[in-house]
Amino acid sequence: MRSPHLERARLQGLQPVLQLRSRILTVIRTWFAQQGFIEVETPVRLPTPALELHIDAEPSGNAFLRTSPELHMKRLLAAGYDRIFQIGPCFRKGERGDRHNPEYTMLEWYRANADYQDIMNDTESLLRQFEIFNLKSNIPRLTVEELFLKHAGWNPVVAYDAERFEHDLVSKVEPALPRDKPVFVMDYPVSAAALSRRKPGRETVAERFELYINGVEIANAFSELTDPVEQRLRFETWARERKVLGAPVYPLDEDFLAALETGMPPSGGIALGIDRLVMVLADKTSLDNVMAFREH
Amino acid sequence: MAVDYTASDFRKGLRVEVDGVPYVITEFNFVKPGKGAAIYTCRLKSLIDGNTYVRNFRSNDTLKKPDLEERTMRYSHKEADHFIFMDENYEQFTLLDKVLGDNQYFLFEDCEVRVLYHNGQAVDITLPTFIEKVILETEPGARGNTATNTLKPAKINGDFEIMVPLFINQGDTIKIDTRTGEYADRVLKK
Repeated sequence: MRSPHLERARLQGLQPVLQLRSRILTVIRTWFAQQGFIEVETPVRLPTPALELHIDAEPSGNAFLRTSPELHMKRLLAAGYDRIFQIGPCFRKGERGDRHNPEYTMLEWYRANADYQDIMNDTESLLRQFEIFNLKSNIPRLTVEELFLKHAGWNPVVAYDAERFEHDLVSKVEPALPRDKPVFVMDYPVSAAALSRRKPGRETVAERFELYINGVEIANAFSELTDPVEQRLRFETWARERKVLGAPVYPLDEDFLAALETGMPPSGGIALGIDRLVMVLADKTSLDNVMAFREH
Repeated sequence: MAVDYTASDFRKGLRVEVDGVPYVITEFNFVKPGKGAAIYTCRLKSLIDGNTYVRNFRSNDTLKKPDLEERTMRYSHKEADHFIFMDENYEQFTLLDKVLGDNQYFLFEDCEVRVLYHNGQAVDITLPTFIEKVILETEPGARGNTATNTLKPAKINGDFEIMVPLFINQGDTIKIDTRTGEYADRVLKK
């Protein structure tokens, strides 16, 4: 066992950051209340976790811990809730590193009758609440195409290659992003659309963006896919691909698909990692410095 | 038969084999771009010459477990940048200081260690989990200042320092956990 004196010193050392973390959560809740959002809570333990190609759920008895509250929040959107947010724990199996923890805190918010541009505006407005960024001008909105052409020398929207895309994103594009301010990286190749819709008028591009702050990926957002037929096709494709990868295949969330069939308004939504936001606001480089207790 | 590790087994301290050379993972990080597949970034230190390099792995990549043989020995002494160990027949084996890393500061004369061999060559040691060291030098503990900085540096071997609680004084004996290199406890004198 670790010396209790070392453990005590570690926890005492975290005090300024945990105070900042608490203030950040207060600022976030206040801002959403001002914007007329309601805070919701959806199940943490699910029989059918969201099916995505590269996200594994932690089993919990005969169910799974949620990897995101996304599908339940969209059921609320389909039922007519137009501004909702949630802050709570999410779990991703096997994700552990300086910027990953298998259990972490996610902020998600959704706006009905909106798209990813509206969510970018929300994000900008929310980040203005944190004076540290000194956001006088708007956050730059950079497209995946321009970033890849400039820093990696090819266009993944024209000819997509998943392995090359991910490799160059991590080794060429992300390192070139500004270290001292937030940027939006937007308009992903449709093959990397995840749960976003295609851009009207440009079918090879998905209306997805990521927020980076100081070069660290903080949030992922979409103009949400609302078409139940395409949604089912994407789930089925990922299920097949997961099977090929030898990854567990989760049953489809038929309640979610049925809700889409009743009609979900065009919506924008975003998932933002609270621990990472605290990390960049506290000018730290590892989640070790912003989470009181991590599994090791 | 060599046992394989997949990328999800990688962690700091794991010994692996790449192109016939035994390595230890000294730094490990997990990167996942957006919705993409995981990338495991490892710094590998050669157990032969102590040199390191960084290599990225994908989820399905595997590495071999190095074929290591273990023998119990005692630490004898240091010669230049070599540490000399001896078995029960007084046969000597040497290891480079950069292969030992911080472990070299926790050795003491006659310390019993397990030496690992790769194809007949000594490549690494495992120390007893806890060893004891006398504090050579440390600032006196500041009384009343318990709210912050409840640790301070203390020299245990030449200029090598570890962090200890404020109540530890020069001349005290402490227990160190060699797996983490951290202070574990104070040893009370009889």
